Amino acid sequence: MSLISLTDLRKSYGEHEVLKGISLNVAPGEVVALIGKSGSGKSTLLRCINGLETFQNGVINVSGLEVHANKAELRALRQKVGMIFQQFNLFPHLTVQRNVMLALTVVKKIKQDEAAAIARTVLERVGLSSKCDAYPSQLSGGQQQRVAIARALAMQPVALLCDEITSALDPELVNEVLAVMRDLAHQGMTLMMVTHEMRFAREVCHRVVFMHQGRVHEVGPPEAVFVAPATQELRQFLDTG
Amino acid sequence: MISFTLWDIFRNLLLATRWTILLSAGAFVGGGLVGLAVLLVRVLPYRWAVRAARLYIELFQGTPLLMQLFLAFFAPALFGFNVPAWIAAWSALTLWAGAFLAEIWRGCVEAIPAGQWEAASSLGLSFIEQMRYVILPQALRIAVAPTVGFLVQVIKGTALTSIIGFIELSAAGTEITNAIFEPFTVYGCVALIYFALCFPISRGSRWLERRLNVAHLTH
Repeated sequence: MSLISLTDLRKSYGEHEVLKGISLNVAPGEVVALIGKSGSGKSTLLRCINGLETFQNGVINVSGLEVHANKAELRALRQKVGMIFQQFNLFPHLTVQRNVMLALTVVKKIKQDEAAAIARTVLERVGLSSKCDAYPSQLSGGQQQRVAIARALAMQPVALLCDEITSALDPELVNEVLAVMRDLAHQGMTLMMVTHEMRFAREVCHRVVFMHQGRVHEVGPPEAVFVAPATQELRQFLDTG
Repeated sequence: MISFTLWDIFRNLLLATRWTILLSAGAFVGGGLVGLAVLLVRVLPYRWAVRAARLYIELFQGTPLLMQLFLAFFAPALFGFNVPAWIAAWSALTLWAGAFLAEIWRGCVEAIPAGQWEAASSLGLSFIEQMRYVILPQALRIAVAPTVGFLVQVIKGTALTSIIGFIELSAAGTEITNAIFEPFTVYGCVALIYFALCFPISRGSRWLERRLNVAHLTH
């Protein structure tokens, strides 16, 4: 039984088709890495799952909820699927704790003190309980990204979609974010990650999906994909990466 | 010829300044409410609503305020309504200010990075919730300085309302000049009072800009 299921997903920008019939299933607790060259459609695929991008054809189903069904269902789906962005996208006018609490109080209608308790718990989980009252601009990139992870986790999602979450970080800050992701993976969180961190994909992910020109070109466990790539395109991608 | 001391001139001008201040404040508040409504319509995902809002803005930005004042004063008379000068002045200035404020604020909303909308919607916030909790609080910080700056334009704009018979600072200046034939002294005083009204606002706008540290918050 899959948690996320994509069937024949097609997406175009005008004449340009960026997703050309993607079908993919992700099981609960599975960690899937999406790899591929820039423009291969990885980020667009992820954004479609969260309804941030519209698509022309196909069906996306997450935990029984269909993207595109209606606005109410899309909002319900977004509460189940967290999204973490490359640029963190924290709300700069709110403190770290308020960033985490916002959706809890506004969307889930949880009381302030209860939401604050949840916020502190998830911030502790990502090692930032001491930064509750700080503003995003007072944090390092790695810390900001960990707050973004905490903000998504606070909603108790069934899956997290991570869009190149370490790409905007200085090299020395990448590991602190990956450590959090590694913990989440070990705790059984379902993760779909667009990543260029091949070592992480190799060590942590259960499955690697190589996308090329809007299609799933090759898919398999990391040891197969990285050690014995079946296609020329993947070989080339791994060699240049 | 009537004889006026400098204090007489000033005193009479200051009495008329009350109306300039009142009209400016009324038009600014009214314009603010209209501007906010138009702004919300402009960012709605409905094409017809956006077109209607844009038409309103282009109409009021594309015609002189003087013409708008004439129309607000004379057009209702065609339909048998006699509109007092202060109502015509207030409504024309309100609609004029609304068009400009809507555009100033739209720019501020659009200055908020798309990622903020995306993060808010990915958390399940509705459009109104995104606006209320994420976008407007940030946009307002950016908007404070240009909005306060625009207040100066509104104050100076009230000078035109003398043309439809509203007695404010400029109109009072003209009337005193007609009585005492000392245009340089009278209009010099008028200019001085306008400057005294506008200069602190301009300085305040710059002070707010620094205090709110806009660049720091939006990057």
